[in-house]
Amino acid sequence: MPDSHDLAVIGGGLVGSAIAWGAARLGADVALLDEGDVAFRAARGNFGLVWVQSKGDGLPPYAHWTRWSAALWPDLAADLSTATGIDVALRQPGGLHFCLDEAEMEQRAAMIRRMHNASGDIGTRLLDRGDVAAMVPGLGPDVQGAAFCPMDGHANPLLLLRALQAGFQLQGGAYLPGARIERIASRNGDFIIEAGAARVVARRMVIAAGLGSAALAPLVGLSMPVRPLRGQIMVTERLRPLLDRPTVHIRQTGEGSVMIGDSHEDVGFDDGTTVPEMQRIAARAVATFPVLRQAQIVRHWGALRVMTPDGAPIYEQSARYPGAFAATCHSGVTLAGAHALALAPAILAGALPDELGVFGSGRFDVPAA
Amino acid sequence: MFRRLEEDGLLLIFNFEGERVAARLGETVAAALLAAGIGRFRETPVSGSSRAPYCLMGVCFDCLVEIDGIANRQACMVPVADGMRVRRQRGARGVT
Amino acid sequence: MSTRWDAIVIGAGPGGMAGACVLAENGARVLVLDEQPAPGGQIYRAVENVAAQGADALARLGADYAAGADLVARFRVSGSTFQPGSTVWQVAPERAVWVSCGGRSACLEADVILLATGAMERPVPVPGWTLPGVMTAGAVQILLKSAALVPSVPFVLAGSGPLPLLVAQQCIAAGAAPAAFLDTGSWQDAVAAVRYLPGALGETARRTLAKGLALHAALRRGGMKMFRGVHDIRIEGDDRAEAISFRVGRRQHRMPVALVALHEGVIPAQQITRAIGCAHAWDVGQRCFRPQIDDWGNSSVEGVLVAGDAAGIGGAAAAASAGRVAAFEALRRLGRIDAARRDALAATDRRAMKAERAVRPLLDRMFTPRREILCPADDVVVCRCEEVTAGALRQAVAQGCQGPNQAKSFLRCGMGPCQGRLCGPVVAEVIATARGQAVDATGYFRIRPPMKPVTLGEIAELET
Repeated sequence: MPDSHDLAVIGGGLVGSAIAWGAARLGADVALLDEGDVAFRAARGNFGLVWVQSKGDGLPPYAHWTRWSAALWPDLAADLSTATGIDVALRQPGGLHFCLDEAEMEQRAAMIRRMHNASGDIGTRLLDRGDVAAMVPGLGPDVQGAAFCPMDGHANPLLLLRALQAGFQLQGGAYLPGARIERIASRNGDFIIEAGAARVVARRMVIAAGLGSAALAPLVGLSMPVRPLRGQIMVTERLRPLLDRPTVHIRQTGEGSVMIGDSHEDVGFDDGTTVPEMQRIAARAVATFPVLRQAQIVRHWGALRVMTPDGAPIYEQSARYPGAFAATCHSGVTLAGAHALALAPAILAGALPDELGVFGSGRFDVPAA
Repeated sequence: MFRRLEEDGLLLIFNFEGERVAARLGETVAAALLAAGIGRFRETPVSGSSRAPYCLMGVCFDCLVEIDGIANRQACMVPVADGMRVRRQRGARGVT
Repeated sequence: MSTRWDAIVIGAGPGGMAGACVLAENGARVLVLDEQPAPGGQIYRAVENVAAQGADALARLGADYAAGADLVARFRVSGSTFQPGSTVWQVAPERAVWVSCGGRSACLEADVILLATGAMERPVPVPGWTLPGVMTAGAVQILLKSAALVPSVPFVLAGSGPLPLLVAQQCIAAGAAPAAFLDTGSWQDAVAAVRYLPGALGETARRTLAKGLALHAALRRGGMKMFRGVHDIRIEGDDRAEAISFRVGRRQHRMPVALVALHEGVIPAQQITRAIGCAHAWDVGQRCFRPQIDDWGNSSVEGVLVAGDAAGIGGAAAAASAGRVAAFEALRRLGRIDAARRDALAATDRRAMKAERAVRPLLDRMFTPRREILCPADDVVVCRCEEVTAGALRQAVAQGCQGPNQAKSFLRCGMGPCQGRLCGPVVAEVIATARGQAVDATGYFRIRPPMKPVTLGEIAELET
């Protein structure tokens, strides 16, 4: 007798695990298929920002979706803590994007204006050096100012994934790791997913397999044109508290280590590291906070972001195979609140809300003018 | 915990937590501290537990101490210098 | 900005020194890097200083150690460039090497890289092993060699293998006898090892065995208290080691001690080979991962060769032979000799390597670590840096964790300053056992640069 579920989620990263937990906590019978230990797994390379200020510049619905997710995040963190005892270290004290020259200041100013006009004012503003220095001690002389948004925050992305999966299993979810998807068939409205020894039958399914989604999506009439975009990150030894606000390139974790990023490299499926980027990232960090010169880096990694053509998520229900959904984004931490508490219920109900229609893959098929 | 087989050649003096400690040229800070009867080198940042050297060859990182104001240095990898100031590494380091 | 060399040798132990001698004596431009201030690696650590102190000091440490002085002397005049106090923190597969020396980092390049980074002691996770006063047997030996220090408090050696026996002898010769030797080996191991005896009957192997047996006999004759078949070791104390309890058969023992020297064999130090991306395989006999190399020391990465214990435990003599063999291959790669010449020049060392290694299967079987060491009980700390227990690991596996990298991301084991050096082997074994699979199927931590911590300031100041 094969396993039969309300929902099968393909992909145990931050997107898949948030959806899986969000459905399981409503009482649905959910199977979560995941890959093995050695994997690109964007969830393991994530910086950990719950970031609002720059999301959706040019696509207001994305800005709104992001803001909603940030507002839902405290509920997510509290629910996970209650369910699993794991504190994912959510802090939302407002965040900063430092500008190290006039050009960056102008760029940020322009973006803030555009987003106020298109998506509404949430308090994001450009601060001059004096105001930033009052907020954050130890600024380097190169810092001209910063864009500050009171809704920005951060969390521990590794604990988030751990908590989502633990909570999922505590709710009775079936976690199936080491699953390489071989076939997806549709019969009588059910989906039959074969992955090695596992055979999963479910009324609804979601493809949330990160970079693996592109190959799987067409099997159920979906299109998920995602490509890798490498980001390199470094982390220091544990330090005593020195920075309580997240910033887009530097944040201090709950354990005290400082994470420093990042890069945007189109290098295909290569999650390696390069010394030139390491130097560039380090140079920017010590220009921002000169005291970090003394801190020792203990690890430097590359991670592959899951990028759609415009950087905004893809949410879609298959027209040919209703009940099959696509869900992918590169902001798995920020959108975890919305994924767990808004998207998952919608998928269970079998229909995405109209506001998410703009995130369908059809938007990429705009014919050339 | 350890005693010296040779007492001659103690040419260097360094400072450990305010106390003067004698050492020999070419010794590591770890060896000199152990010879001086120092049994605890650091307190872990995770639980505050006491630690002392385990491997003495740069693998375990349990011998971390602060040397001349620089934190988290492997005592087993640093040769003693005259006038060095060494302190226990108490938890996570600060940066100033 | 980089400086180009024909060959960069990483590690100035027997393998590195022997290889560098061959390379330099055949006209190659060789740079040898080592973290220590003087050549010798761990086995010949501080041998120049000790030799300078006179014959007594050398004799105390035994004939094998003294032989290292000759190799070091030859290395010093070989024509290779030796840069001590150098920490290699990254090696790119294209053979660029980033080194920190004196607070500054630089990039060096070579046509060939010879890794001779040696071995480390297998972690011995017994209850209480993180207490001050608990060290490896090798650590005690390092103090004796490099600082002429001996234990001054009641202490025991606990474990199995040739090294702790040697350390016991060296301590006794220095007037600091251990209170006891707790041999975790059993007669069953010795009996099982007999199967490998035929392979160990060559002259070199017989000499090694005879030395070991003589040492064992001498220690017993000298009155050192020895317990055999020791298990269930627990080190007790609040803030430091105060006592050690253990069982022999069903009998429980407890001894007050202030110092415990543990040893359960040595394993290749795999940090650098993994960081470069060399393929590794599980060695069943030695119960460890090691880089996959061909007969000449070539790893799976073009132009990167591995010699000595870093490629698989064989001891100092085998390391020197392997270093020379790899160096001849490196000379061929550099175009200085052809394959036929290489084969001729390396023939003696290749035979010597075989002879030196012949005894290994026997030793490996005789000194197989117990399960409780490889796969400790729930309450034992497995990751010393982040204080993660074996029980927490097993719980993660029960929740679906597939391997060491997922475990690391969930529990932080391997994220501390030692970068997984000490916990890596144990994490792999615990997860493999919990999942009911072989260790090589379970895998190992993904090792990333920097291979040793380096400051942000030093990285920021790099010229790229």
